[in-house]
Amino acid sequence: MSRFTSVLLAATALVAVAGCAKKRPPVLPPAPADSSTIDQGNSGQSGSSTGAIVPGSDADFQRSVQSNTVNFALDMYDIDSTARAILDSQSQWLARYPNVRITIEGHADERGTREYNLALGDRRANATKNYLAAKGVSSERMTTISYGKERPLKVGSDDQSWAENRRAVTVVLN
Amino acid sequence: MNRFSLIAALSGLALAAPAFAQDAPPPLDPQAAAPETGAPQGSAPLEVSVTGGVSAPMPIAIPAMPTAAVTQTPAGSTDVLGRQLADIVNNDLRNSGLFTPLNASQLRPVAFPEVTAPGFDYWGGTGAQALVQGFVRANGDGNLTVGCYLYDVFSKIELTRQGFVVAPSDWRRAGHKCADMVYTRLTGEGAYFDSRVVYVSETGPKGRRIKRLAIMDQDGANHRFLTNGQSIVLTPRFAPNQQSIVYMSYVNDKPAIYVYDIGSGKQRLVVANASLTFAPRFSPDGRNILFSMAQGGNTDIYRVSSQGGTPQRLTNSPGIDTGGSYSPDGSKIVFESDRSGGQQIYVMNADGSNQQRISFGGGRYATPVWSPRGDLIAFTKLGGGFRIGIMSPSGGGEKLLTDDWQDEGPSWSPNGRVINFYRSGRGSSGKADLWSVDLTGVNERKIPTPLDGSDPAWGPLRP
Repeated sequence: MSRFTSVLLAATALVAVAGCAKKRPPVLPPAPADSSTIDQGNSGQSGSSTGAIVPGSDADFQRSVQSNTVNFALDMYDIDSTARAILDSQSQWLARYPNVRITIEGHADERGTREYNLALGDRRANATKNYLAAKGVSSERMTTISYGKERPLKVGSDDQSWAENRRAVTVVLN
Repeated sequence: MNRFSLIAALSGLALAAPAFAQDAPPPLDPQAAAPETGAPQGSAPLEVSVTGGVSAPMPIAIPAMPTAAVTQTPAGSTDVLGRQLADIVNNDLRNSGLFTPLNASQLRPVAFPEVTAPGFDYWGGTGAQALVQGFVRANGDGNLTVGCYLYDVFSKIELTRQGFVVAPSDWRRAGHKCADMVYTRLTGEGAYFDSRVVYVSETGPKGRRIKRLAIMDQDGANHRFLTNGQSIVLTPRFAPNQQSIVYMSYVNDKPAIYVYDIGSGKQRLVVANASLTFAPRFSPDGRNILFSMAQGGNTDIYRVSSQGGTPQRLTNSPGIDTGGSYSPDGSKIVFESDRSGGQQIYVMNADGSNQQRISFGGGRYATPVWSPRGDLIAFTKLGGGFRIGIMSPSGGGEKLLTDDWQDEGPSWSPNGRVINFYRSGRGSSGKADLWSVDLTGVNERKIPTPLDGSDPAWGPLRP
């Protein structure tokens, strides 16, 4: 009986220890839902729960730039004028933190087939990367990844949801 | 290694393997099979019409298979197995859409000696045109023997017979082999019931789906998960020898192609040091893997040895080229490309030469897959909804088979008659399920899976 109890305790202790270890999720999460997508002044984000935002972190990036996300027209991967303004603000922040590396995630909406959408997401991520490179961000600092239609930001099946899902998200690697 | 052998000697009317004859019902006497006066002389042979959209399913009787001696086996007792095997044959034939099995519970039980000497007068009275009888026997060595006999009820003759020796863990395959024997004899089509499907099992919210590779028999039995859902997995496809599966995974945040060995559960990376690779498919001889690779914003199709190595580029257009699928003889590849402005279907030689567009029906076309029979290409047509369709390898004879909001990703049965695909629902739950449809567009039905599912790939017929 006591042996059973001690085993049980050990198991519980192991679980408690394991829970403390911070593990990076195996798949990069999508950018947090941003209620104020284009915010001219202070970003609506409040930062981490501890209140202290580390300069050069992804949280700092998100509150500092116009947006971490640019959007695209259906089946397109052009950087339009709205996207240019957003990426300009991203490049300015990236210039202030030259050692920070980023990943650009490309996404597509659900109204495309699975494999084509992986390629389309890649196009969008690369178009974004190329624009940032033209603005002086070193290519060595940037990687791209495509999630196709696997990680929609909005789950509705309507034009507005789809428009928000056609996106490239810049993620600062901590 | 599963052992499954066909008793070839059972196919003949008069001969029987000695070991088999000892416990088998008395062999059929060809002299006794002469038609009775009730059957009209020169009547048409029993067959099921498979052409055209309208065909009356054939009524068929498949009673429980008796056993000479009830024996316990690791698969259950032989009398219970006899009922379950008849159920498998019932379900396979009914789900093909070409047969109407009579309600098994309303059929008179079949005694063991009757298996090779059917009571044709009784069966004629049930309305069945064909009759399937069989038996189950536990061999001394741990294996099972299943006999399967097909009869023409009106002509009162045996049409064909086969026997199968299976390990107990494979007992369901004997049922599928029996159903395949009946199906091929009566339709003239190739077999497809003894096969498996690999697919992506889905659960969780639409914005963050948990996806796991899963494998099952084509009727949904023997389902098991192959991955644990920690990484997104997409588009699994069987190797021709069915020993491995090639698929795409985001493990370690790197979208790449892996070959998963079914027996060992081990997987290996196919192309090292590559940027985004996806959309993999084996060549018909299993020697190569076709795949797509995105570099610098452009996606092209490549070929690499199944053992890994240096990929060989096959397409080089500024458009997105993806989704390659070989013709069954391995000489050609069908793929999709948006080089002309929108997704269309192209065919090229296996070395990448002579790339020709074949889709001109108006609208956009994607996910082309060559039928194992070589006569058709299945695809997803976009425009309004997503619909499953077929066309000839030259692009003619286009026919749309489904009409729902989002049907995509077709995959062919081994005999080129049935197409699996997945159907997604609209809206925030937006769940996906596996469905199948006959190539004539009839018999559209949902494939039962424990959770939701997508990306089905039908494997080859099991030998």
